[in-house]
Amino acid sequence: MTCTVNGVPRTADDVWEGESLLYVLRERLGLPGSKNACEQGECGSCTVYLDGTAVCSCLVAAGQAVGREVVTVEGLSGGPDAEPGPVQRAFLAAGAVQCGFCTPGLIVAVDDLLSRNPHPTDPQIREALAGNLCRCTGYEKIMEAVRLAAGGQA
Amino acid sequence: MERGEKGTTQNMRSISYSRVADVATAIATVTADPDAAYLAGGTTKVDMLRIYAEPSQRLVDINDLPINHIELQPDGAVRLGALARMNDVAMSPIVAQRYPLLAEALVLGASAQLRNMASMGGNMLQRTRCSYFRDHEAACNKRVPGSGCSALTGVNRGHAVLGTSEHCIAAHPSDAAVALSALDAVIHVQNRDGHHAYAIDDFFLAPEDTPEREHPLQHGDLITAIEIPPLPMARDSLYLKVRDRESYEFALVSVALALRVEGGAVAEVRMALGGVATKPWRARRAEHALLGRPATHEHFLHAAREETADAVPRSMNGFKIELARRTMVRALETVTARGGTP
Ligand SMILES: Cc1cc2nc3c(=O)[nH]c(=O)nc-3n(C[C@H](O)[C@H](O)[C@H](O)COP(=O)(O)OP(=O)(O)OC[C@H]3O[C@@H](n4cnc5c(N)ncnc54)[C@H](O)[C@@H]3O)c2cc1C
Ligand code: SF4
Ligand code: FES
Ligand code: FES
Repeated sequence: MTCTVNGVPRTADDVWEGESLLYVLRERLGLPGSKNACEQGECGSCTVYLDGTAVCSCLVAAGQAVGREVVTVEGLSGGPDAEPGPVQRAFLAAGAVQCGFCTPGLIVAVDDLLSRNPHPTDPQIREALAGNLCRCTGYEKIMEAVRLAAGGQA
Repeated sequence: MERGEKGTTQNMRSISYSRVADVATAIATVTADPDAAYLAGGTTKVDMLRIYAEPSQRLVDINDLPINHIELQPDGAVRLGALARMNDVAMSPIVAQRYPLLAEALVLGASAQLRNMASMGGNMLQRTRCSYFRDHEAACNKRVPGSGCSALTGVNRGHAVLGTSEHCIAAHPSDAAVALSALDAVIHVQNRDGHHAYAIDDFFLAPEDTPEREHPLQHGDLITAIEIPPLPMARDSLYLKVRDRESYEFALVSVALALRVEGGAVAEVRMALGGVATKPWRARRAEHALLGRPATHEHFLHAAREETADAVPRSMNGFKIELARRTMVRALETVTARGGTP
């Protein structure tokens, strides 16, 4: 299967048709940033962009991504060795990362929110992130991180 | 039934996938193969395949079909293509202005990521969240007809109290379908023989003694559009959803309501309930009790009691009857206090 991942055309071999996009990214393309926690659309830890739209990659059949553009959390900074992007910096600055399992999905969801709505209100932030579960932080630090990123202070 | 490592890879091994670009090919492809099924957003389908709740092996991806438009018709009706995404419908000014109850029902459903993927047609065909339906160890008449219903004596806090039978008490999960039911929407379907239109109330079937049948569609039938007739009073309408968490949860009870009060009396009313019934539940008894009566708390409560008079509580979900009454009354009072449509 061939699709563009983080701007680069990629081909994965031996993909079973119907396998999830999340599985292809993690196990076949070596991009473990997107996490697999629930695999049923409930936690958002697998959030990626598919043709510019934020989706849960655990519920996307690999075939659906063929020929399309995927951007993962790895694609939001310049790569594993590059500087973190602005949303990532805000998460670090606000102390919004504990175990970190939810973080990659949140980073993509926040990136998506801020690209559509650069100055969201608190209720708008809550609604946009309702599909991203975090068991550690109690969300207050996450709210702070989003406000920071929106204010361009990170 | 064994499950694969981490639930994914092994289960999906035998699944095939293809993409189609036009309606006729889509219908021909699925109709010809009993193991084939349409794939839209995948938010129900991929989930079901993973847990083996559905046997189909051949996914026919319909996302390239040109049936995703949101259009205002010359007669004032609004036509939603079956592939219109929940989010696009919710955000469409055409829908938000004319049918706020539908826009609200959509925004209050699932999460942003899921609404970006999920289609309106798929939403109508999503499967129940009854946990026994998804558990292969459990008896479930909906999954395996005749095997029994584990929920009758099991954990049934989330289950239905209206429209149930001794064969199944699963609540219908869709929020959008509840709003569409209040709006008298029409579901357009195409198959090899032509076109069919179903009034939404005839589309969803109560379980009776065939809980495996949830709608009248035959294998290969493609939903092409959902049409909403004009309803001027719906410009002041509301969707009230009560759930355990403030966000991102299926409804315990929901009420879709459009109401017009004139001279202190109910001149027009449409109401439907979610979370408490086996299908999107048009509250016709309550509507009947309200029409022409004073728009007061006392009459609202009377109508809500009428609607739930035949409700059948199970061991853990009796609270839903009172909750449904209160939610109906609150919805009626909220729209009345806003002043209704001018
Ligand atoms: C975690 C989670 C939370 C959710 N919360 C809510 C909620 O609060 N409220 C709510 O209403 N919904 C909720 N949903 C359900 C969600 O809205 C549905 O899964 C979604 O609408 C299904 O649409 P889809 O396009 O993804 O369908 P798919 O998964 O692609 O398809 C669903 C079914 O419909 C068939 N199908 C699809 N399109 C057509 C067509 N045009 N013609 C004929 N058959 C077709 C498929 O073959 C399949 O059987 C939730 C889902 C998840 C995973
Ligand atoms: S309520 Fe319906 S879906 Fe749930 S176990 Fe009983 S038969 Fe199955
Ligand atoms: S792993 Fe996809 S939503 Fe949880
Ligand atoms: S930091 Fe642990 S789940 Fe969010």
